[in-house]
Amino acid sequence: LDEMVIVDARGLLCPMPVIRVQEAIACLPAGSRLQLVATDPGVHADVPAWCRVHGHAIIAVANNDDVADTIRMWIRVGGPCDDAPK
Amino acid sequence: MLAASTVMAQGVHVEGLNFYTGFCVEGHTHAVRSKNRDRPKRNNALWVAEHLAIKLHMIDVVEEYKDVVINPRHGYGQHLNPCLDCKGFMVAKAREWMEANAFDFIITGEVIGQRLKSQLKRTMPVIAAESGAHDRLLRPLCAKLLQPTLPEREGWVDREQLYDWSGRSRKPQIQLAKDLGLEDYAQPAGGCCFLTDPSYSRKLQDLWSFRGERRYELDDIMLLKLGRHLRPRPHFKLIIARDDGENRFMRGFRRKFTHLTPTSHGGPLALLDGEAEDDDLELAARLVARFSQGRDAARVRVAITRTGGSPQELEVIPMPAAEVPKEWYLG
Repeated sequence: LDEMVIVDARGLLCPMPVIRVQEAIACLPAGSRLQLVATDPGVHADVPAWCRVHGHAIIAVANNDDVADTIRMWIRVGGPCDDAPK
Repeated sequence: MLAASTVMAQGVHVEGLNFYTGFCVEGHTHAVRSKNRDRPKRNNALWVAEHLAIKLHMIDVVEEYKDVVINPRHGYGQHLNPCLDCKGFMVAKAREWMEANAFDFIITGEVIGQRLKSQLKRTMPVIAAESGAHDRLLRPLCAKLLQPTLPEREGWVDREQLYDWSGRSRKPQIQLAKDLGLEDYAQPAGGCCFLTDPSYSRKLQDLWSFRGERRYELDDIMLLKLGRHLRPRPHFKLIIARDDGENRFMRGFRRKFTHLTPTSHGGPLALLDGEAEDDDLELAARLVARFSQGRDAARVRVAITRTGGSPQELEVIPMPAAEVPKEWYLG
């Protein structure tokens, strides 16, 4: 999977990973791909929920349990760029 | 949720704002602990947004919020909770967002008299004025007890379809939720902010006393939520993980702190906050050994790594529980 932006939210507890994704997506056009790298298992619930209410899509999730419990999520930006707060 | 539903029922387009202060209590915070892994790991604001099918914008206010906590103009509640200042701050942030995103007014779910300090009839105008929202702040659940706001006067919402609730009873809210078919809803009673928690507030006060000034960083306030906090000496404290979940989370902080881990027995990771001489390290190691599986052993080996240094091992006698003064426990 190719992605344009990587959001590194390792060590952050939710909702900070969601906020970092939201900030990154605010600058991305529809159709862009973004990769989130996180360690808080809360992202499994929160990031998909946030994506659903904003019309973005989770396209893949990977758990790298051997690398400090790292979770990777790939997101496809679905909404217009001005969807997020300015 | 009810305030939003009430206004949405009149055909008004609503989007949600959720401000992250660092003190927010969410399922995940507790889910760091292994014993809470079975709890639903949901963010209540996101859950409400999904239920109402509205967008939710989550806003990081950690830095700006420090001034609210450290210098509350209206003082604190029972603990270190600056509820009235907090409300004014959040409505002010909502007003900024409203103006930047071409929305017309703000709604909040307050009920007169529901909370002793921040939801009194006399404090509601204070929040409206200090936030700069003025008459663009609508409280649908108690609007009929207040002066008509701009959205009511302009006919954007019908005042007659709003409510006149007051008092501490939550029966009207529960009934409305039932009428709206909402079988599940976010926990209504006060536990959404760690600053209302007496134990947490004591730990924050201790942090400020130790530093000699009232300041904090996000990492500080996150760590106050985790582990056992013991201050055996005025110049350092230990944060000792209570289970595997906390061990895992606290590992991410190791490079910032001198840290200790038992090596001869299973046991917790401990972070040492402050400056420690050699005899302090031995005391810290004995305390960590006391919370390890070797607590009843004659001796326990503990690896100690100073910030930026290499691990060294100490063999210590675990401190008996009876020798740990209660005053050392913070919170």
